[in-house]
Amino acid sequence: MKRLLLALLAVAPVTAAADPDPADWMSVVQEAQGQTVYWHAWGGSTTTNDFIGWVGRQVDELYGVTLEHVKLTDTGEAVSRVLAEKQAGQDDDGAVDLIWINGANFAAMKGADLLFGPFAEQLPNWQFVDVEGKTVTTDFTVPTEGYESPWAMAQVVFIYDSADMAPLGSVQEILDWSQANPGRFTFPQPPDFLGTTFLKQALIDLVGPVDALAEPVTEEAYARVTAPLWAFMEALTPTLWREGRAYPQTGPRQLQLIADDEVDLAISFSPGEATAAIANFQLPDSARTFVLDRGTLGNASFVAIPYNSGSKAGAMVVANFLISPEAQLQAQDPEILGYGTVLDVETLPEMDRAGFETLDLGIATLSPVELGPALPEPHPSWAERLAADWVQRYGTGD
Amino acid sequence: MALRRPALAWLPALTVLAMLGPVAAGLAGTVAPALGYFPAIGAERLSLAPFEALFGWGGIWRATFLSLTTGIGTTLVSLGLVVLIVAGWSGTRAFVALRTVLSPLLSVPHAAAAFGLAFLIAPSGWIVRALSPWATGWERPPDLLIVQDPYGLALMAGLIVKEVPFLLLMTLAALGQSNGARAVTVAQTLGYGRVRGWLLTVFPQIYAQIRLPVYVVLAYAMSVVDVAIVLGPNTPPTLSVQIVRWMADPDLSMRLVAAAGALWQAVLVLGAILLWRVGEVAAAALGRRWVNAGARGWGEGVLRQAGLWGGMVVVAAVALGLASLAVWSVAGAWRFPEVWPEGLTGRSWMRHGSEVAMTAWETAVIAGVAVLIALVLTVGCLEAEHRYRLRMSGRALTILYLPLIVPQVAFLPGLQTLMLMGGLKSGLWAVVVAHVVFVLPYVFLSLGDPYRAWDPRYATVAAALGAGRERILWRVRLPMLLAPVLTALAVGLAVSVGQYLPTLLIGGGRVQTLTTEAVALASGGDRRAIGVYGLAQTAAALLPFAAAVLIPALVWRNRRGLAHG
Repeated sequence: MKRLLLALLAVAPVTAAADPDPADWMSVVQEAQGQTVYWHAWGGSTTTNDFIGWVGRQVDELYGVTLEHVKLTDTGEAVSRVLAEKQAGQDDDGAVDLIWINGANFAAMKGADLLFGPFAEQLPNWQFVDVEGKTVTTDFTVPTEGYESPWAMAQVVFIYDSADMAPLGSVQEILDWSQANPGRFTFPQPPDFLGTTFLKQALIDLVGPVDALAEPVTEEAYARVTAPLWAFMEALTPTLWREGRAYPQTGPRQLQLIADDEVDLAISFSPGEATAAIANFQLPDSARTFVLDRGTLGNASFVAIPYNSGSKAGAMVVANFLISPEAQLQAQDPEILGYGTVLDVETLPEMDRAGFETLDLGIATLSPVELGPALPEPHPSWAERLAADWVQRYGTGD
Repeated sequence: MALRRPALAWLPALTVLAMLGPVAAGLAGTVAPALGYFPAIGAERLSLAPFEALFGWGGIWRATFLSLTTGIGTTLVSLGLVVLIVAGWSGTRAFVALRTVLSPLLSVPHAAAAFGLAFLIAPSGWIVRALSPWATGWERPPDLLIVQDPYGLALMAGLIVKEVPFLLLMTLAALGQSNGARAVTVAQTLGYGRVRGWLLTVFPQIYAQIRLPVYVVLAYAMSVVDVAIVLGPNTPPTLSVQIVRWMADPDLSMRLVAAAGALWQAVLVLGAILLWRVGEVAAAALGRRWVNAGARGWGEGVLRQAGLWGGMVVVAAVALGLASLAVWSVAGAWRFPEVWPEGLTGRSWMRHGSEVAMTAWETAVIAGVAVLIALVLTVGCLEAEHRYRLRMSGRALTILYLPLIVPQVAFLPGLQTLMLMGGLKSGLWAVVVAHVVFVLPYVFLSLGDPYRAWDPRYATVAAALGAGRERILWRVRLPMLLAPVLTALAVGLAVSVGQYLPTLLIGGGRVQTLTTEAVALASGGDRRAIGVYGLAQTAAALLPFAAAVLIPALVWRNRRGLAHG
């Protein structure tokens, strides 16, 4: 058996067919016609799934590309899938054509040479992307270098039930409130990305801007910078929903908890999520959002193409469509998705600009001014350490 | 004809290969990375580092303990309840009624039952809503850890409601081959109560026959993934859920730890079965002392009532759970503590309808093909057994149960890796092959007894009239066995529809069935979407059973003697 195994492992990789060249966009579009693109994207949110379905109908109509949404519970599934294929020498027509990705997953895939590119900056609609004003060319401090293309801006907001509480201005205030109202707050369980985001958000709000956060984490810096965070978590955890002995597994699960009146406060990475959820009966119409006085974390969501995709042309067509004014307007509509646009609205043609300017952001969505500037994400190695440390402290029982 | 006979004679071997090949290959594919051999990430030296990492994980002992307690607890309670029901009530009208309502529960997918139960028992769930605020005084749901509790009690409850119907039907099948009723009568004339008499005289015979199904329950409850995702704890999660998480970790070296965990899970299941075996011997010794002591005992009435009420709670839990899925799927706004939604809307069905239909189609194709393959292999084996006078030995029966006893999470990750290495594309057909592994045993178990019980004198008569073996099979035997064949088909379809891990891991995410979709939605907690998918999933498993009941009744409407096979 072992010999067979070794023989199987030694199978030589097959050489990939010539990749499409994004600079020659006409031929990319031609090649894309008739291709099927398997987009591996987190599938836990009904509104996101609906938006991806809409994208699928559009690219089918416009470019003859069939889009299949593979719904993940965790983006890591797609990463490990591509890795398994590389290991097996399946270097063309892999299972994954496009991944919704950012942060640690992007850093891991880029580091392991699992991505096709660079392609993003050659996409025709790149001209509209707000390269100056938005963090679309670095992903958690890691330069994207054209290996992923942005499609949505995200910023931390807190969703609260205005029937039960008032907005709060800092994580310290959240702690005070939670101590006064035990069991009414929780966050998704790290290493869920939103739960980890809460840890980062709390850290930054407690210690302020620290240069070390922009660099890969070191033992010395970690111990020094995160000490206040763990003191904070020690105080907060016993006051959480279920006394911190159970957590929602994902962000949207928190919405159900608010709707069930089990908690009053939840973290979200999408300023428009609350409005969209009210329209879907997923949140009570008393739900509103707030940001912290010192600002909240922001980042971009990207799409990347694995090196062994068999439909790279089709995947690039989808990536390009995602940054078209039409798709971006659809995504920002709170009735649909409520995601922030990655485009510089000022550079858009008159008609498209009007669409953005007249868009009603909705009852529970803060205006761009109220949202304030997004704080930069720490280097992804910090998120990994924080999540692992949290799991060690709170994720495995006493 | 000349060629066909040898082919048929080979079929039993082929069947064993179809079942055990993937299991053996998958286990082998798990062992290599568990020992540190995983060339894709540059791990080429054998080492015990993955096991060191596994046992260095903070949650390992809790997860291990949880796996053992849920497994043994689920099996004990389920078996105990089934014994009380059968011992206390078999032969009564209440028993027939209970059996009638429990049997369809067998085909309700585990995940759907778990979703329903989760909403039923949660602090903001239906039971609390029905009592609040008028009885409980709660204007807000109480902050109680019921679902996903660290002791795995909710998980056990979710498993018990599904394992009771399974063990009950297995027990009834075994009961048909014993003279239980008479034995109990004799015991009763000697002054024993119904329950005690049954336990002392019938149970020992029955247990020998349901031992393997009991081991299946034990192994399944210890290593289940989908139910544990919905109802199990998360601080830490059960071992099997943690293994699946490690498999999906962006840090690729975690796959080595996952493999080590998978082997550890296999060892745990083996250990639990050995422990259970020791318990069997101890129980037998106690039973003998009990017989020798001759005590007639007390509490007959309590035990009988416990069995009846336990059975009814199981039925009610699943039925109300499914009803809650139905209500959520059409609910508008629905806040605590309202018992009913403020308004009903078809929006969730319109929103998900076309996707549900597409996914249902893919589910049906996978299930249909897998079950047909399983049926051909099963009928081929049974026919070969009949023609060449082969006898199924006890060992052959064990082989049949092996794919059900080896934890899925122990060999499927390895199988996925091996398939990739062998250049086999993941996708629909690979998933079908993986489903056959799990469908085949159930189809075989379902069809085996009726097939063997068929009176061979019909064949003799047909042969005397000039019919050859093939003609007898196709024109006499199979038509007469229409009802059991359809039941076997329905069982197989329900098993295939309910598969989560094989579809997820072998399909590489490209293959989506109603079950994988529903479990993926579970993490998002959108109850309306879960309601739609959970109901569709249940329908996909239940409709074939309805067909299996209706079709023979229609086909044999003027052949009353055949309608019951």
